[in-house]
Amino acid sequence: MSSLTQSSSSTPSYSSGVPSSAAHYRQPPAAAGGAGDFFDLGDILASQQRVPAQFEQTVYRLGFLDAQSSGEHIQSGAKMELPLWLARALGGRRRNIVRIDLPKQYRQQQRDILRADANVVDLFKQGPYFYLMGVKLLFFDHMERSDLAKSLLETFLNRFRRIMDTSHHAFSSDVTMFTTRLDETERVLFHIGQRSVAAMEKWERGRSHRIEASDVVQKRRKRKRED
Amino acid sequence: MTRTVNILDLGARCLGEKALELVRELKRSQDGNLPPYNEDGIRQVVEEMRALFEQNQLEVRATTDGERGLLSGIQLRHACLERNQRCLLAYVHHRMTRIRDYRWQTGSVLPPSFRLSLCEQEIQWFTHYNRSLATYMRSIAPTGLDLTQHLQPPKSLLVEVRCLEDYGEFEMEDGTVVLLHKNTQHYLPRSQCEPLIRQGVLEHIH
Repeated sequence: MSSLTQSSSSTPSYSSGVPSSAAHYRQPPAAAGGAGDFFDLGDILASQQRVPAQFEQTVYRLGFLDAQSSGEHIQSGAKMELPLWLARALGGRRRNIVRIDLPKQYRQQQRDILRADANVVDLFKQGPYFYLMGVKLLFFDHMERSDLAKSLLETFLNRFRRIMDTSHHAFSSDVTMFTTRLDETERVLFHIGQRSVAAMEKWERGRSHRIEASDVVQKRRKRKRED
Repeated sequence: MTRTVNILDLGARCLGEKALELVRELKRSQDGNLPPYNEDGIRQVVEEMRALFEQNQLEVRATTDGERGLLSGIQLRHACLERNQRCLLAYVHHRMTRIRDYRWQTGSVLPPSFRLSLCEQEIQWFTHYNRSLATYMRSIAPTGLDLTQHLQPPKSLLVEVRCLEDYGEFEMEDGTVVLLHKNTQHYLPRSQCEPLIRQGVLEHIH
């Protein structure tokens, strides 16, 4: 439901001539309980990333899930990489069919690197949804939970300034080298920054009252030109 | 029984993977047009879900009959069912949002290229949405009020526009007819040409 109201509130943004794709750059919702926005595509993709998990109980007749063993059942103690949504359903705080471990990019060693200098790390490579996934991992009762939470926040704060700076000032220069290293959440912020600069510039030139072709039409026109 | 297991086996390595593929497809196309409605993909997901559900029914029945140790497997399959359901709903919902946005951006007629990628139900939905929007807009003022107009506050009644394509004759509300030829310039009432500007037929010059 929240996504419905969000995108309808984006409707007025056509008026500023800013691409209406505001709906597409929609900020990922704060996934407080790890559940996230039910309809959010980013949230669904983020929860597909795999986490190392160990089975604490024997699961009958599902041995085929484990590529390494040919048994009919998954034995207790078997280790497997499960997508986060599955791990969550099986190893939440109350259920304990599996126990999960932190994926590599969230472990101590990686957190140390992030603390040393978060700006040099390629977060996109670390799972395109680094923050969303990290927040979801907090759902599990893991020993290093509070450390992870702290690390996520610090990383974000340290990188945010640079992202804002770049999105506001490198308007006409090539920033692909920079943006490829951002995680999806950061990219959203980056685009918001760029859009606001564009809107500001338009206003300064006294062009903000001009009606423009809708976003879809403009894109189609561009594509025709490319053909 | 064996048939069910076979279908499950196909998806075993990647339970929920097909549903995810649908979501990926939408995510990839965010900046462009809407991809065609993936009927085949949806059918496969639904089939996978049916297989999971039947297997769960069997095992639930076995459990109530006294067999033990099946519960964790049931839970696992149930999680897959919910996941698939979420992916499917997100797929349909996201498409619906985009079709609705389209209505506000370019008006009540779908361009053929866009129409081709919709399924029967989506076209139906669009027609219904159009109808209720029109009914609502007629009801809010004695003469009706077009909410899709003046998305930004108008500063003048007339605007200068240039034609970007041969559109043909355009009849205005007061009955005058203008011939919109490519590369001609006109001075027209803003409210009349706003939709055409949005559709990319006219360009707002001043």
